[in-house]
Amino acid sequence: MSNSNNIFIRFKNMPVDGIAKTVIVATTLCFVCSMVVSFAAVNLKSIQDANKAVDKQKNILQVAGVYYDGINVKQTFSNFEPIVVDLNKGKFTDKFDPFVFDDKKAAQDPLLSMSLKDDPASIGRRTNFATIYLLKKEDGSLDKVILPIHGYGLWSTLYGFIALEKNCNDIFGLQFYQHAETPGLGAEVDNPKWKAQWKGKKLNDQNGDLMIQVAKTKKYENHHIDALAGATLTSNGVDNLVKFWMGEMGFKKFLINLKNGAA
Amino acid sequence: MSQTRKQLLVDPLVDNNPITLQVLGICSALAVTSSLNVAFVMSLAVIAVTGFSSLFISMLRHYIPNSIRIIVQMVIIASLVILVDQIIKAFAYEISKTLSVFVGLIITNCIVMGRAEAFAMKNKPVDSFIDGVGNGLGYSLLLMCVGVIRELFGSGTLFGIIILDPINNGGWYVPNGLLLLPPSAFFIIGFLIWGVRTWKKSQVEAREYKIQSLEVH
Repeated sequence: MSNSNNIFIRFKNMPVDGIAKTVIVATTLCFVCSMVVSFAAVNLKSIQDANKAVDKQKNILQVAGVYYDGINVKQTFSNFEPIVVDLNKGKFTDKFDPFVFDDKKAAQDPLLSMSLKDDPASIGRRTNFATIYLLKKEDGSLDKVILPIHGYGLWSTLYGFIALEKNCNDIFGLQFYQHAETPGLGAEVDNPKWKAQWKGKKLNDQNGDLMIQVAKTKKYENHHIDALAGATLTSNGVDNLVKFWMGEMGFKKFLINLKNGAA
Repeated sequence: MSQTRKQLLVDPLVDNNPITLQVLGICSALAVTSSLNVAFVMSLAVIAVTGFSSLFISMLRHYIPNSIRIIVQMVIIASLVILVDQIIKAFAYEISKTLSVFVGLIITNCIVMGRAEAFAMKNKPVDSFIDGVGNGLGYSLLLMCVGVIRELFGSGTLFGIIILDPINNGGWYVPNGLLLLPPSAFFIIGFLIWGVRTWKKSQVEAREYKIQSLEVH
């Protein structure tokens, strides 16, 4: 008992600027602070992860046009059916549990992804398996398909979703849930007016060629999205990433199969 | 104690405001004042950090070796900031996305460091805590003033509630886009400092030099 008191008194009587006291104070303080910080981080992680998940679900609801203020996100989201798609085969796969499967992690895993030689979206590696979401009508027939897309803009990788109508060609909406583009310029990809342009545009023409385009000059009425003024590089990034993910390397094979009921 | 505790709390609001008088903490005031919701959460975070960092630093002040005192202060402040950041991420996720790096940057907010070094190292814990909270409140008061001007005239809303119906919403008010960009806060803070110093003449600093009158040769 008195021993611990002695240590404390000895510590108190040390010269404040001595080396011993400096080291002891620094070590103890770092230890205590790191304990506090890690305790908070570990304990709050589950709540934070739940927030992130709800945020992602909310974006899926928004892109599918079923979100409004005060909606119960979790409950509405249960109308969506997540499924993992094998991009190389263009078919559904049941190898992975869609509720657990993580596309971003898979893109880092050499067994589950491929390195890209031709890489317009600047993503480096592409996952072979992607989680998509199907919104079904009450009678069980397909209503909308929500596909994850991402690619590099000017400063950051933009992560988002594109929603397609059941014919797998008409765009219903596009939305990014994570990016760090310039506020007021590139970040206008979040502007509802700009996003509204996507609705009703067609991915492919009658021959099945990918025609969708984000550009400043209008080439094809049904496939043209007006690029953002003052944000050429972000617009180019969006153009590239949409073309990539809707093209042969992306979901094209799957969309054809889905339309023909062969997925 | 030359100042009463009430003075410690009230003085930093106007008479010794960290932003208008000491011109500290400007950087974050520019970044987070474009909407009141964000400014409000940032204010709470800064009040908590200045208050508790002053409290802990003051409690430890007799044990902090002089040679590493700045580092010790930084460690305490940084831990508190991470704590606040984690809590905001857990309980106010939407706002944490807009605040992004700025909560983390409270670590480098000159007000926190300034109070630790100038006050907490020399005063008792409770006084230091009150001083920290007071300075946090002074910062918050200015943040909210700037936030009201920027949000009201920049987007026509206050706390997200429409006050002046903006034109792109079918209303009559043409929002001033400049107010949503960080430079506008420079002008507003400048005008506020001018206003406060016109009201309280004692805050006007003495000139450091006198401009020579031109001599005719």
